[in-house]
Amino acid sequence: MQDIILEARHINKQFHDPVTVQVLTDITFSIAKGEFVSVIGKSGCGKSTLLYILSTMDTDYDGELLIDGASMTGKNDAALARIRNEKIGFVFQFHYLLNEFSVLRNVMLPGMKLNKFSEQEVEHRALERLKMLGIEQLAHKMAYKVSGGEKQRVAIARALINDPSVIMGDEPTGNLDVKNSEMVFDILQQLAAEHNQTLLIVTHDQSFAEKTGHIIEMEDGKIIRN
Amino acid sequence: MNSKLILGLAKSLLLARWRQTLVAAVGVTFSIAMFITLLSFMNGLNDLLDGLILNRTPHVRLYNEVKPSENQPVNMSSEYKASYNFIKSVKSGISRKELYNSGPIMQAVRADNRVVGVAPKLTAQVFFNEGTIDITGVINGIDVEEESRLFNFQDYVTAGSAIDAKNVSNSIILGKGLADILVADIGDVVQVTTAQGERFSLKVVGYFQSGIQEIDKVQSYASIGTTQKLLGQPANYITDIQVKLRDLAMAPAVAKEYAQLFGADAEDIQTANAQFETGSNIRTLISYAVGVTLLIVAGFGIFNILNMMIYEKMDSIAILKATGFSGRDVNRIFLVIALSIGFFGGFLGLLIGFGFSLIIDNIPFNTAALPTIKTYPINYSPVFYFIGGFFSLITTYFAGYFPARKASKVDPVEIIRGK
Repeated sequence: MQDIILEARHINKQFHDPVTVQVLTDITFSIAKGEFVSVIGKSGCGKSTLLYILSTMDTDYDGELLIDGASMTGKNDAALARIRNEKIGFVFQFHYLLNEFSVLRNVMLPGMKLNKFSEQEVEHRALERLKMLGIEQLAHKMAYKVSGGEKQRVAIARALINDPSVIMGDEPTGNLDVKNSEMVFDILQQLAAEHNQTLLIVTHDQSFAEKTGHIIEMEDGKIIRN
Repeated sequence: MNSKLILGLAKSLLLARWRQTLVAAVGVTFSIAMFITLLSFMNGLNDLLDGLILNRTPHVRLYNEVKPSENQPVNMSSEYKASYNFIKSVKSGISRKELYNSGPIMQAVRADNRVVGVAPKLTAQVFFNEGTIDITGVINGIDVEEESRLFNFQDYVTAGSAIDAKNVSNSIILGKGLADILVADIGDVVQVTTAQGERFSLKVVGYFQSGIQEIDKVQSYASIGTTQKLLGQPANYITDIQVKLRDLAMAPAVAKEYAQLFGADAEDIQTANAQFETGSNIRTLISYAVGVTLLIVAGFGIFNILNMMIYEKMDSIAILKATGFSGRDVNRIFLVIALSIGFFGGFLGLLIGFGFSLIIDNIPFNTAALPTIKTYPINYSPVFYFIGGFFSLITTYFAGYFPARKASKVDPVEIIRGK
C-alpha cells in the first residue's frame, strides 16, 4: 500500500455569479507519494478550478480534501496558509516571481516564512535547489531581469524550497516555447524519478500528459479517465 | 524572525516604488512641519499677548476695596437680632484704602513656599501740570527691584533706567504716551498736583511703554517713598500687596485663603483677566484644528498611494498568499508600509517644523506697541512635537488600515486565473 499524499472525496463546486453553474461534480481521486500526475481536459472543463481547490486557496466547495491524511475542509485562513507554505509548492503558467527581489530572495521567501531553518540555512538550501536546476549563476540577478524559461525554473526552485509533499503546476509550460517547455518537463520528470517528488500538473498539452505516470482526464466538471 | 521577514518585505516594496513612497512621505512631512510651525507660532503669539498683561499682573492682589459694610449696625444690635431688617440707601463708608499691618502681612506671605515673591504697591491720583492744562494721571509707587524681579518692570522701561526711580530722589518714570503729551524729555522736571492740592516737582528718569497705549497715557511709576511723600502718608502706607505664585493655577485658592487670613480683599489673576484665557484657548483650538486637518489630508494622500500600490502589487500579493503567507501577514506588510511612511515622513516633518520655527524666530518683528519684542515669537514646547509625532503615526495607521485590509482579502485564485 502506497502512502496517499492527496485525496479528494466527492468534491462539488458551483459558481454562483451571474448564474449558478455546476463546475465540478463528484470529484474523487487520490494521489500516492512519488506519482507524477497530470490533469488534462479542454478549456473550461474545471481542471484549474480543481487545482485551486486542491491547493487550499479556494475554500468554497462541498466535499472533503485530505493532504497527508489531514482534512483541509473548514480550516481557517492562517492554518491553510501554513499548509500551503509547508506542504505545497506552486508553479504557475505565468511565473509570478516578485520583481522587487533577487532570484535568490524569491526562492528563499517561502523558506523564510516557514521559519524552520535559520536565514543562512534557507539561503544554502535555496542555492542547492538553484544549482540542481542549473541556474545558480542567476541567484543574485533581479527577478525581472531573467528570461521566461529561467523564471519558470526559478519558480520550480521556489516550489521546492520547503520540501513540499506535492508540487502543483497550473500549465507550467503553457507560456513557454518548445525548447523551454521540454526543459521544464524534463526537470519535473527528473524530480519525480530521482527525488520521489509528488507532482500534480494541470495542462491542456496532450503530449506533455502522455509522458506522465498518471493521467486524470476531465470533461464538463467530471473525471472521465483516471 | 517572522516580523523581520515582514519588515524586509515591506521595505523592499517601499523601495521598489521609492518615488511614490517619497510623494506620500513628503505629504506627511509637509503637514507635520506645518502643524509644528503653526502651533509653535500660534502659541508663541499667545504667550506674547498673554504676557503683555499676565506677566505684569500679580497672581494674587491684596487690597482694601471701597464698598459698603456688610455688617450694618442694626444687624449687630442684639435687640433686632430676631427680626428681619430692611436697610435702604446703603452707602460705602469712609474706609481706609491702606492695608492694615502691611508689614507683617508681607512677611507672612513671603514665608509661604507657594509664593515666588511679594511686591508692595500704592497708587496716587494726580494731575500733571503742563502750562495751563491739567492732565489726570496715576502714579504707582513700587518697589523697583521686586517689581523688576517679579513682573519684568525693567523690560518695559524703554528709555532711561528703571533703578533710577529708586536711586534718584523725587524721580518719576513716565508712560510714553504721557511723556509725549507733556513733551517731557529724560532729565526734565514735571509738575504734579496731588488730590490733596499739594504741588510737587518730579524729575523724569525714564519712559515706560507697556504696549497698551491707553495705559501709557495715564500710568507712571515712582518709588514707594516718593509716592508716600506725594500723598503725605507715613512709610508703612501701602494700598496693594502683589503676590506672585509658583503655580498660576493655584491663584484662586490662595486668594481665598489670604482674604480670610488677612481680612483684606484678594483678587486672583484668573478672575481679573478671564478674557485672556478665553482668547488663548480659542486661538489654540483653531491652530490644532488646522493642524489636524493638514494631517488628515496627508492621510488621504497615503490612503490613495497605498490603494494604488495594492492594485499594482496584486500579483505579488497573490503569490505571497499562494506560497504560504496568510491574510494577516499581508495585512501587516501593508500596515508596516503605511506606518514607516508615517514614521519617517513624520520625523522629517518634526525636524523641518523645528527649522521653520527657528527661521520665524529670527525674522525681525519691531512694533511700537511691543517694545520688548525684536523677532516673531515662537513657543518651542516639546508637547507639540509629541502630538505631531503621535498624530502622524495615527493618521498613517488609519490611512493604511483599509488598503491593508483590502490587500489581506485579495483572493489569489482570482488574480492567478485572471491572467
